[in-house]
Amino acid sequence: MILKNPLTTFGLVIIFILMITAFFAPMLAPYPDQGRGLSNLKERLAAPSTRHLFGTDYLGRDILSRVIFGARVSLRAAIVVVFIVMSIGVPLGLIAGYFGGKIDEIIMRFADMILAFPSLLLAVAIIASLGPSLLNALIALCIPWWPWYTRLMRSQVISIKEMQFVESARAIGVSRWRIMFRHILPNCISPIIVQATLDMGFIILALAGLGFLGLGTQPPTADWGVMVSDGREFFMKQWWISTFSGAAIFSTVLAFNLVGDGIREALDPKIRWRFQKT
Amino acid sequence: MLRYIIRRMLWLMFVLLGLCAITFILSRVVPGDPATAYLGPRAKAEQVEMVRIQLGLDKPLYTQFFYYLRDLSRGNLGESLRTHRPVMVGIIDHLPASLELMFSAIFVALLVGIPLGVISAKKENTLVDHLIRLFSVADVSLPSFWLAMIFQIVFFRWLGLFPIGGRIDTVVGLISPIEKITGFYVLDALITGNWPAFTSVLSHLVLPTITLACFSMGLIARMTRSTMLEVLREDYITTARAVGVSEKEILFLQALKNAMGPTITTAGLSFAFMLTATLYIELIFFWPGIGSYITKAIFLNDYPVIMGVTMLMALFYVVVNLIVDILIAVFDPRIRLG
Repeated sequence: MILKNPLTTFGLVIIFILMITAFFAPMLAPYPDQGRGLSNLKERLAAPSTRHLFGTDYLGRDILSRVIFGARVSLRAAIVVVFIVMSIGVPLGLIAGYFGGKIDEIIMRFADMILAFPSLLLAVAIIASLGPSLLNALIALCIPWWPWYTRLMRSQVISIKEMQFVESARAIGVSRWRIMFRHILPNCISPIIVQATLDMGFIILALAGLGFLGLGTQPPTADWGVMVSDGREFFMKQWWISTFSGAAIFSTVLAFNLVGDGIREALDPKIRWRFQKT
Repeated sequence: MLRYIIRRMLWLMFVLLGLCAITFILSRVVPGDPATAYLGPRAKAEQVEMVRIQLGLDKPLYTQFFYYLRDLSRGNLGESLRTHRPVMVGIIDHLPASLELMFSAIFVALLVGIPLGVISAKKENTLVDHLIRLFSVADVSLPSFWLAMIFQIVFFRWLGLFPIGGRIDTVVGLISPIEKITGFYVLDALITGNWPAFTSVLSHLVLPTITLACFSMGLIARMTRSTMLEVLREDYITTARAVGVSEKEILFLQALKNAMGPTITTAGLSFAFMLTATLYIELIFFWPGIGSYITKAIFLNDYPVIMGVTMLMALFYVVVNLIVDILIAVFDPRIRLG
């Protein structure tokens, strides 16, 4: 069903390649030490050749190896952010939706307030005051992001909590928390997973942007955003530094967006009906 | 209707108070003492103490917050640590350049995005549709800082079509300087009939505008496509076809008119989003707007500027969102104002 759409399949293939690359980075990278940050001043700013397929940067490090190691950093960071954001947002949404009333009001007002701000700007301000580092960048991305999950979870819980199986659990005296986490949560989780997939792309993009401004990953760790920024100084002559690392960001984010779009279409009954009709 | 607007206004006040609290807290957790940051590392202890009193840092936190709110209500966002100029003056200096860029970008995004969405909906599930959808997803996925650099190397270095950055050619700016009336160079040059400056300004505007427009263009095309698909299945469209209204008129007049609502919302939201995107684009195209102002402050650790600009941009963002919501409520009676 999902694989019918050629664009989605294309996205899935890219994500698969990306994961393999990230997982086997030390084996796949031609110069793993340079991927980790070791400089090689003899070959500074070398153009792409058979020795260095993507060329080298201002410290003579192989760009291909750095792009491969960068995949690790980006994927790991995005997974961490999605995980933290889910573990804050989902329980809060569950509580807000299940209990309703005052608790609901307080949680949702707070969530709405955070959503009212431009998230990237808030992240920049947070990092500016905490000091630039990868950890602070992750914190700064989590703070404006969790309310999306709270909202989504709350709406799910509200539509499910009046259903018969919840009612019966309540009737036989199952405790509130057990109902929430054992009966309601598993039934609401699939839209959350979809959202998480979609967010992977945006988080990778945001993190690269922070890296570009020097607010994310710090050298010598390989990071796509930092690499694009490093190449800027030499860009008019040594175009390869920024070009390849930027292309890595672009194709990754594109892949996640294509897959997310495909899943959303498959899940939206209105659109699926259209597919069947044609 | 009025009740809805009043309720939204009250909510806005609440959000603004929260915003103040956040920037206040952030400006207090800054590593090191704000007074030391203000004076620089070589200041004597007595001087630091004097500035602490001057800035009200010796008072309890809630009093400090009160002072902070009082200053804000007077439009006082503090002083830059580097230039010691008021942040408000800096923002007013830089704002017109950013607004000019943002307005031209949203114009381009609508001009290209809407027709793409309409065509894509019309040719649903054909090759054209797939290509347009790929294009719009790609637009949303492009890192703007990277795209900006690619444009520079292609259109400046290789093709020599457009300048690398800035708002106006230095030589042109000296020979026929722009009189500052609105702060929008295009308008100012047009009003005063300053043609050499006008052409120079326009050619400087092209690359940053396209880069900035990209994201919104993709969003607008997607949104137009999906609402058009819904509208095209309505009965009144079938009726229009049955009575022989031409296909072009159905698409661009009958259907598009009713599909515009969500598109306008998207345009409004992406206008607010552009505020953060200008950060990267202005940095790379040497565009002297609010984005350059804040990125420079980031590189120099100039906290008051960062917080002041964040504050003002967030205010702008919140207000734009409010206006969009009210406009939708006004134009679409189906929205419940509960």
